[in-house]
Amino acid sequence: MSVLDRADVDTDQIIPKQFLKRVERTGFGEFLFYDWLRDGEIELEPNPILVAGRNFGCGSSREHAPWALEDFGFEAIVAPSFADIFYANCTKIGLLPVELDERHCRTVAEAGEARIDVDDQTVTCADGVFEFEIEPDIQHRLLGGLDDIGITLESAGAIDEFERGGGARGRATTAL
Amino acid sequence: MPQTMFDKIWSAHEVSEGLIYIDLHLVHEVTSPQAFDGLRLAGRGVRRPDKTLATADHNVPTDGTKAARLIADQLSRVQVETLERNCEEFGVPIYSLGSERQGIVHVIGPELGVTQPGMTIVCGDSHTSTHGAFGALAFGIGTSEVEHVLATQCLVQRRPKTMRISYAGELGAGVTPKDLILATIGRLGTGGMVGHAVEYAGPAIESLSMPGRMTICNMTIEGGGRAGMIAPDETTFEWVRGRQGAPEDFEAATAAWRELPTDPGASFDTEVEVEAGEIAPMVTWGTSPGMVVEVTDAVPDPAAMDSPADRESAERALAYMGLEAGTPMTEVAPERVFIGSCTNSRVEDLREAAAAVDGRKVADSVRGMVVPGSQQVKADAEAEGLDDVFRSAGFEWREAGCSMCLGMNPDILIEGERCASTSNRNFEGRQGKGGRTHLVSPTMAAAAAVEGHFVDIRDWK
Repeated sequence: MSVLDRADVDTDQIIPKQFLKRVERTGFGEFLFYDWLRDGEIELEPNPILVAGRNFGCGSSREHAPWALEDFGFEAIVAPSFADIFYANCTKIGLLPVELDERHCRTVAEAGEARIDVDDQTVTCADGVFEFEIEPDIQHRLLGGLDDIGITLESAGAIDEFERGGGARGRATTAL
Repeated sequence: MPQTMFDKIWSAHEVSEGLIYIDLHLVHEVTSPQAFDGLRLAGRGVRRPDKTLATADHNVPTDGTKAARLIADQLSRVQVETLERNCEEFGVPIYSLGSERQGIVHVIGPELGVTQPGMTIVCGDSHTSTHGAFGALAFGIGTSEVEHVLATQCLVQRRPKTMRISYAGELGAGVTPKDLILATIGRLGTGGMVGHAVEYAGPAIESLSMPGRMTICNMTIEGGGRAGMIAPDETTFEWVRGRQGAPEDFEAATAAWRELPTDPGASFDTEVEVEAGEIAPMVTWGTSPGMVVEVTDAVPDPAAMDSPADRESAERALAYMGLEAGTPMTEVAPERVFIGSCTNSRVEDLREAAAAVDGRKVADSVRGMVVPGSQQVKADAEAEGLDDVFRSAGFEWREAGCSMCLGMNPDILIEGERCASTSNRNFEGRQGKGGRTHLVSPTMAAAAAVEGHFVDIRDWK
C-alpha cells in the first residue's frame, strides 16, 4: 500500500495540465503527480492500494486523473471523502474508491497492508475490519466489468418514448 | 408535496429510475477525443448531434491565431484538429478557432441562448455548473460519461442531495458576486457542498444580473458542489429572449419556466443562511479557493489554526505562495494581472474592470492581460470601446479562450510569478508551474494592476 497524507489533493496535482493534450487513453501513469514526485515533495510507490486524505480528487473533471492512478498501478483508493466527479470517474474505469472515516483511514495506513473485499464491502488490516458503503449498481459493475453504454442502449425504447413524449427540451444546435 | 427546483427538473428528465435524459451536451477538445475513439471502437454513432455543440477553448492561443492548423504547439494543434475531425465525422456542430462564435464553452452556451431554464446540461468540464444560473441542472462529467451521453443522450446518475444557501440583505458597494461565492466557499470549505445540488437564493441573488449569477454558479464546484442553481425570473427570460437558440414559441416557454422555482415549503437536505451585507471584497492567500480572507485582513497564521491537518496545509500553502503570516493582504504585490476565464470574462465583467482603470495606468511592475470569454464578447466590448480603455491603460487585449486560467496554452505564469486572477482555481501550478495565484473579482484585479498591490476597492478613489 502507498500513503499520501494530504487533504484536498486536486486533479491538477494528480495529472498536471500539460499531459491533458494527449488524445490517447493510456500511458498517463508516468505523469502521475508529475511535479510533486520530480520536486521530491512526495514519494510514491506503485501498489494496489493508495490511502489518501479527505476531499481527494477535487477540482477539474479530468478523467485523466483516474487513468493515471490506474496506469501507475493502483486498483483502489481509500480516503475519508472524495470529490463527486472524481468518484464517478473512478467507478467508470474500475478503479475502486473506498470511503472510510478519517480514524479508520489512519489505522489502515499505519497497518501498512490491507485486503479489500468488494463483495463483502470490507477493508481488513492487522488492526481491524472496516465496512464501507458502495452503491449496489457500482458494486455490480466493478465486479462484473459491464459495458455501461451497452446497458443504457438496452433502454433505447424508453429513450425513444421519452423523446416522442416531448420530454426533450431546447432547439436543434445544428440549426443555429 | 412541495418540490425544490432540483426535484422538478430531475423528475422531468428521468427516462427510468437513475437514467437521466440530457437536453444539451457541450463538448471541447480536451475531454472528448477518447470518447469519440470509444464510439468508433464500438461502432456507435452520436445519438443526437442536434443536442450537442462543440467549441475549442482550453488549448487555443489568444494571440490571434486564426485556424487550428496554425497553432504552434504541436500537441495543442493535434487536439483541436482532432476535435474538428471528430465533429465532422459524427455530424456535431462546432465553433472552432476562426469562427466568430468560438469561445469558452461556458460563455458561448448562454450567449447563443442554447442554455435555458429547466434543461439538463452536461459537459466534460467541472465548470459546467455555470449554466445552472439559468435554472438548469448543469454539471461536469468525465470522459467515459461524455461517451455515454454521445451514444445514448442519457446518463446514469446518483441523485444528489439538495442544499439551499439563502443570502439575506444586499451586497455592499464594491462587493461583487465573485466576493459572495469566495466568501461562501471560505465559510463552508472546499468540501462543504460535496454530494449536493446547491440552490442559491434570497434577495442578494435575485437582484443580480445573469453574468453575476453565472459567476456564482460557476464556482459551485470549488465548494465541491455537484451543481449550482438559481431560480429563473424576468432577468433570466430577458437574457434568453431574442438569442439564436431561444425557443420559437417564447411565451409558451416562459410560461413553463415560471413553474420551475422551488415551491414554498419545499425541504432541502441542508440549509445555510448568509448575511450578504457582511461580505467584503475577498482575496485568496493559499492554494485552494477556501483559503481566502477579506482584503482588509492579513495572511493567516497557521499556528493559530485548530486542526493539525489545516495547519499543515496552510504552512505548505504559505511556503508555495511565498507569503508570511501576518502580512496585510494590501501589501501583497502581484506582477501579473489576468482578467478572463469562464468565471469572469463576460462583457459586464470587462465593463466593470474597464470603469476601474479608465484614465489610469497599469503600474510599471505589472503586466496585465484582458481575455474576452468569446469572440462575441470581444466584438461587443470593442463596440463599446472597452478595448481602447484597457489598451490605453497598458493592458494587453487578447483573443477569446481559457487563456491563463489553466496553463494549457501559451498564456502561463513563470516560476514564482504572482498573479491577481479573476479565474476560479488557485491550485499549485494551475497557471504555470510555480505560479502563485490570488483569486479576486474583476474590479479588484483591475485596481491591483493600477496600484501594483491589492487595495480595498471600497475606498479606492
